Amino acid sequence: MPRGEIMPEPLLEARGLSKVFATTGAWTRRLHVAAVTDVSLQLYPGETLGLVGESGCGKSTLGRLLLALIPPSAGEVWFAGHNLSALPPAQLRRLRQKMQIVFQDPYSSLNPRMTIRQILEEPFIIHGLGNRADRREWTVTLLREVGLAEEALHRYPHEFSGGQRQRLGIARALALKPQLIVADEPVSALDVSVQAQVLHLFNELKGRLGLTYLFISHDLSVISYVSDRIAVMYLGRIVELAPRQHYARPGLHPYTEALLEAVPVPDPAYRRPVPRLQGDPPSPIHIPPGCPFHPRCPEAETICREIVPEFRQVAPDHWLSCHRR
Amino acid sequence: MSSVSRPLLQVQDLHAAFATPNGLVPAVDGVSFSLSAGKTLGLVGESGCGKTVTALTILRLLPEATSHYRGQVWFAGQELLSLPTADIRTIRGNRIAMIFQEPMTALNPVLTIGEQISEVLRLHRGLSRAAAWEEAGRSLLQVGIADPASRLSQYPHQLSGGLRQRALIAMALVCRPQLVIADEPTTALDVTIQAQILALLAELQAGLNMALLLISHNLGVVAQITDRVAVMYAGRLVETAGTVQLFAQPRHPYTRGLLASVPKLNFHSAPDPLQAIPGQVPSLGEIPPGCPFQPRCPRAFSSCNQPPPWFQVGPEHQVACWLYAPGGNYA
Repeated sequence: MPRGEIMPEPLLEARGLSKVFATTGAWTRRLHVAAVTDVSLQLYPGETLGLVGESGCGKSTLGRLLLALIPPSAGEVWFAGHNLSALPPAQLRRLRQKMQIVFQDPYSSLNPRMTIRQILEEPFIIHGLGNRADRREWTVTLLREVGLAEEALHRYPHEFSGGQRQRLGIARALALKPQLIVADEPVSALDVSVQAQVLHLFNELKGRLGLTYLFISHDLSVISYVSDRIAVMYLGRIVELAPRQHYARPGLHPYTEALLEAVPVPDPAYRRPVPRLQGDPPSPIHIPPGCPFHPRCPEAETICREIVPEFRQVAPDHWLSCHRR
Repeated sequence: MSSVSRPLLQVQDLHAAFATPNGLVPAVDGVSFSLSAGKTLGLVGESGCGKTVTALTILRLLPEATSHYRGQVWFAGQELLSLPTADIRTIRGNRIAMIFQEPMTALNPVLTIGEQISEVLRLHRGLSRAAAWEEAGRSLLQVGIADPASRLSQYPHQLSGGLRQRALIAMALVCRPQLVIADEPTTALDVTIQAQILALLAELQAGLNMALLLISHNLGVVAQITDRVAVMYAGRLVETAGTVQLFAQPRHPYTRGLLASVPKLNFHSAPDPLQAIPGQVPSLGEIPPGCPFQPRCPRAFSSCNQPPPWFQVGPEHQVACWLYAPGGNYA
């Protein structure tokens, strides 16, 4: 943990953040999708916060809200002392240099008609930084930073493998010397042997450049490898938030427990317990009343069906929302 | 394979190649393995290594016009690759079934689940429409789908990913196949759903005494439900062993690298640094001569310019790597 005795100011803070999308259709009734509901969390300088959850739980929407790429329906995002939703556009734009994103799919996140040089120079041009010679020099440095050679500059994205493209995506995110990087499933599209290389790169860059990461993944093993603290998300809410080591202890949220048990362990001697969860998560269009997890929860009681559990601190730095814990 | 009977499936020196504007590109290069009734074999490797092409060749599902294959596939006394097309059709979907990775594209979007499952029964079992529908309902119950009567008349888009994969498994198993080939059956699913589907597959396989060929890139999945594992790299098998043996004592540098590059679920101590394999998987058509893993191998030496033969390194444990040549001092 990068936190000392004195709590530093968080670099990024979400306060009661919610996002509701409305479906559009000419013939159907308008439906409301509660993608993110009442999320509050802090990101401290130099830490990696892992955000884990199953598909459709709202991880990516939360990542985009935190970067002010989409406006929240309710709540606020504070970055380095600024309320992002109250900031004039020009200032927000300047602040964006400090907060960048790395996308999941290295195939669709790089424009196939631009050379690597154009892709990497674009951030500088958008923000009006440097002259031709400066930019040229900076792009070469960026390539080196992510372990690619200068000759890559004149090639197109299709000439690179998945792992190399993800390196290019990271280089682009690093261009403006950000403090915060939101990495949204950055290794999910990669083969395991290449995935390890990219995870190494993330770790190494963090140490060298003093970055802060929000690392989004559905893969708990990857999350356990990269994170200082871990947030577990279910149906748009954070249900558990604690330092990494806490996840080895008992007393976790029942959903977290089920999630951990379900991870396939590469050890043939391991006897897998009978799957604890049956069925699928409900759709975020019809979120159940009370605790959103109660229809699948093996421990649900009457209170869980009626009242949304409060997100409360159960141990130092350990927050969860469950009536039974 | 231990004594008694002949294995149900025996693949011998299987080759498959695709015709491209740049000439023939080999995808599977001399693959041999066997699988007995009631057993599970895991075929493991990274994307593009030829796992799926191996499965498609066994079932003769590759497009005839653009693909070439040779070798032998013996299934219950018949050689599948030389069988007339009409005969392979009576086996496919009936005695050998396949479960595909993407349940959304493997199901026909304009037919109901019931129509799709009963089609299999009417074709292979000659059941009447009504009898097939009833049997289809029973097959849904068997894979844990409650309320089969209403599910039968639903379309694939009305089901969740987990339910679709269950329906696909029901369809594969409805004719009680002797062999099921499951190609990444849980890759598109969330972990909690994956756990349910794996438990279901293992239970059905034991109950019906089927042989299961499980194709996966996920070593955790393979460790949990297979008896034997065959590791594939760049179109070739590089190591085969009992599952316990393979995970306890991996021998091929690629198998070792693969196991070391998977992050372990660990919250106790500081994570062990991952050992990445340098470089990337060669694309088809750029596979180096000799040992295909040589350019990425930390222990490559002069012999690796020749293709390695199989060396026996333990009971039922073979590895295609020169390090294990008799008299070599590396093993």
